[in-house]
Amino acid sequence: MNGRERIPAEHRSVVVVGGGPAGLAAAIAAKEHGCDDVLLVERDHILGGILNQCIHDGFGLHTFKEALSGPEYADRFIRKLRGLHIETAEGTIVLSLSPDRVLEVSTRGALRRIEADAVVLAMGCRERTRGAISIPGRRPSGVYTAGAAQNFMNLENIMVGRNVAILGSGDIGLIMARRMTLEGARVEAVFEILPYSSGLPRNIQQCLNDYNIPLFLNTTVTEILGAGRLEGIKVAQVGSDRAPICDTERFVPCDTLLLSVGLIPENELTREAGVAIDPVTSGAVVDDRFMTSVPGIFSCGNVLHVHDLVDWVSVEAAQAGAFAAEYAGSGRRTAERTISVVPGAGVRYTLPQALSGDQACTLSLRVQEPWRDRSVVVTDNGREVARKRMMRLHPAEMIRLDIAVEALSGCSSLEVSVG
Amino acid sequence: MVRMYDVLVVGGGVVGCSVARELSRFSLRTAVLEKELDVGLGTSCRNSGVLHAGFNYAPGSTRALLDVQGNRMMDDLCRDLKVKIKRIGKLTVAFDDEEVAELHRLKEQGEVNGVPGLELVGHDRMQTIQHGVEGVLALYSPSSSIISPYGLTIGLAENALANGAHFHLGQRVTSIASQERGGWAVTTASGDRFSAAVLVNAAGLFAADVCRMAGITEHEIYPCRGEYYVLDRRLDGIVKTLVYPVPKKNSPGLGIHLTPTVDGNLLVGPSAEYLDDPEDCACSRDVMKDLRREAHHLMPEIHVTDYIRSFSGIRAKQTPPSVGGNKDFVVEDRKDVKGFINLLGIESPGLTSAPAIAAMVRAMVEHHLPLAPNPTFNPVRPGSALLFSDRPAEERADLIAQNPDYGEIICRCEKITKQEIIDAVRNPLGARTMVSIKYRARASMGRCQGGFCIPRIVRILRNEFGWSTADFLKRSTSSPLFVGTVRPGGEGTER
Repeated sequence: MNGRERIPAEHRSVVVVGGGPAGLAAAIAAKEHGCDDVLLVERDHILGGILNQCIHDGFGLHTFKEALSGPEYADRFIRKLRGLHIETAEGTIVLSLSPDRVLEVSTRGALRRIEADAVVLAMGCRERTRGAISIPGRRPSGVYTAGAAQNFMNLENIMVGRNVAILGSGDIGLIMARRMTLEGARVEAVFEILPYSSGLPRNIQQCLNDYNIPLFLNTTVTEILGAGRLEGIKVAQVGSDRAPICDTERFVPCDTLLLSVGLIPENELTREAGVAIDPVTSGAVVDDRFMTSVPGIFSCGNVLHVHDLVDWVSVEAAQAGAFAAEYAGSGRRTAERTISVVPGAGVRYTLPQALSGDQACTLSLRVQEPWRDRSVVVTDNGREVARKRMMRLHPAEMIRLDIAVEALSGCSSLEVSVG
Repeated sequence: MVRMYDVLVVGGGVVGCSVARELSRFSLRTAVLEKELDVGLGTSCRNSGVLHAGFNYAPGSTRALLDVQGNRMMDDLCRDLKVKIKRIGKLTVAFDDEEVAELHRLKEQGEVNGVPGLELVGHDRMQTIQHGVEGVLALYSPSSSIISPYGLTIGLAENALANGAHFHLGQRVTSIASQERGGWAVTTASGDRFSAAVLVNAAGLFAADVCRMAGITEHEIYPCRGEYYVLDRRLDGIVKTLVYPVPKKNSPGLGIHLTPTVDGNLLVGPSAEYLDDPEDCACSRDVMKDLRREAHHLMPEIHVTDYIRSFSGIRAKQTPPSVGGNKDFVVEDRKDVKGFINLLGIESPGLTSAPAIAAMVRAMVEHHLPLAPNPTFNPVRPGSALLFSDRPAEERADLIAQNPDYGEIICRCEKITKQEIIDAVRNPLGARTMVSIKYRARASMGRCQGGFCIPRIVRILRNEFGWSTADFLKRSTSSPLFVGTVRPGGEGTER
């Protein structure tokens, strides 16, 4: 913090960190809920975040009842933001965030210091890499995360390879299987270590089945070969312990391996600010106002937990933005957290982790494994508070469950389970 | 055309670059022939980055002498070359009577070798130096240090270049012949020809091959691979001092341990495994599993998400697996083969010894060629050892105001600015691969492993340096990043 005080501080009511779908919705909502002093900070030169490289359609089916491409979906929000005259700082990155909400911000031409009444974290997530999943072998060129390959193809007009294998059936990997096929590449197969796909069913159909691209479940990459460019991979089936079964190992020739093996919420700033992190979501622990454990710091979108659909990101972030504006405008008043929420049997995580009990809320959750015709049940010390019956429950799909404020009265500790 | 030099150095690793930089103090025509497209891409960039104190080597051995000398030279060298070094010291920890006896022996041996400040410390003092270390007794060696090994190699090369040495990258030596009138004629795989009065063999893993080309047949190199994991900077600061077990007799390495890097990561490793291919820098499933188990044992707070990368480096051993252990460095001016200076088997502590080896080579060269001082020699390399983001805020604010490219962050994990990327692209050696940019700017070495910054670096190179898709190489001509464009034309972007 050498010389930190020498850089004059600006004061802002609400600072939104990140100009992707979450940040856009949060900034708009903050303004619409009465905050006139909103600053949105985006590290890229344009707003929209990862939506800019998602040129396929399917965005906005819930929000706008039409299938938009990523840039079109972002554009709806950007237009609204501009119409509200919200100040934005593109090409600007937050270098540090303190628990008392002081941001050090770097931009072309200036290092800025901003003191904010409320901060909304909307940084999104990053892709899990080869290093993070420890794939053995050499280090040739031609191994890309699916999102990086998507960036090269859709924003830079660069073809990353011709003969492609994909590890992981995450949505970006599935989308890229189709995208590369359409541009003349041969996609050998998608390999998934789990016994089920981690992508949305509609993407399995539209991106793999429609193009006869095989999906091998319970299969992983055991070695990467090639001294210069990738020459191929070895794949093997895995046992119930997810360890490769040696005699099933086979060679798959390819010049490109795309990794779609999960997303990690980008919470380095969050940790720096002292915010408590949920070990399961890798995102902040929040209450029903999306406030983290540090007063005045809010979190929403994929930096909070990885979503399946951008529509839910927008909905959630709008709430977070509204609460941030309320907090900044109310002399920084916090609500008392009276109810804890924990995942029970069959549920991987549930969010928010704490409720005030003074308002209706929507729980977001994911199940641990696929089920058919089961219910998600919310209980308070054994007493049923809410229930949602579903024909399909799948770990790839986020489940949202509304709870009315009346149902919360008298509650102290909620458990959410598959029943 | 034959390019004529006084001295040709075969191999642009830390040893070859040290030699070139030392010889650049004199009015000699010196050139380095390096088979890769950049210096330091072999073992010099694939090691623990540790400067050893010098108590592990037999008194009177070349290694003992050069290591202690080299270690002593490093502070000045790193200051001049703008290389990161941290004098963090090391604890070698004993757990039983046998190891305690060995520690006493090592301390005596170290003192004979001239290692400064050696001290035997008990449990309490051990804990003050590094919290959490267990053991009966430890040998504390304050001169053990960490350094950026590729930073040092690049610094040496750039300073040598600035002082008149030549670097020929992508030139693999294929034949060496003594000339009738004396000196050497050297041909490379691309058909280029070079000549020199003195040849310095600093070819590392390929040093025995270079010997054979010159008719020297008694040497053999046995490649011995060491694998590592790189851990997230989240754990920075926990390991303040190097902690090693007492070395095992006849073991090819010093055992698996945690090594902090000057950039704030932790390394887990290295393993030791003999192999046939001197370039098989792979990581293997079984060793990776062992390293993870060992890492968890050494530091239980390591989380599964802390593993950000694995890599391996290969030791140039002179002892076959059946013998194990180590053999002393070969640093010799061949009496039987005139003008052939042989630097062979320079495994650990080669990084520490490199500047001392270079001084020794200079004395050898003097037997063959007159050494007149280079009147324009400047030992100082411009720039800073610090990353931009590690400089004080006030200084950064001023620099950003002067040059907006300092305000634009390209690598978000390591907070590397656009100007630092541009500086790396414009490196004096003219190295143009993606790993060249990585080792100079540190971009893509963080937790996202380039997922964020590599597309941005590619954009800068296309839009501001005019690179086409075919120009992007990971590290060699056989490792292209891309296969072309999606649609015809459209090189460069319109954003």
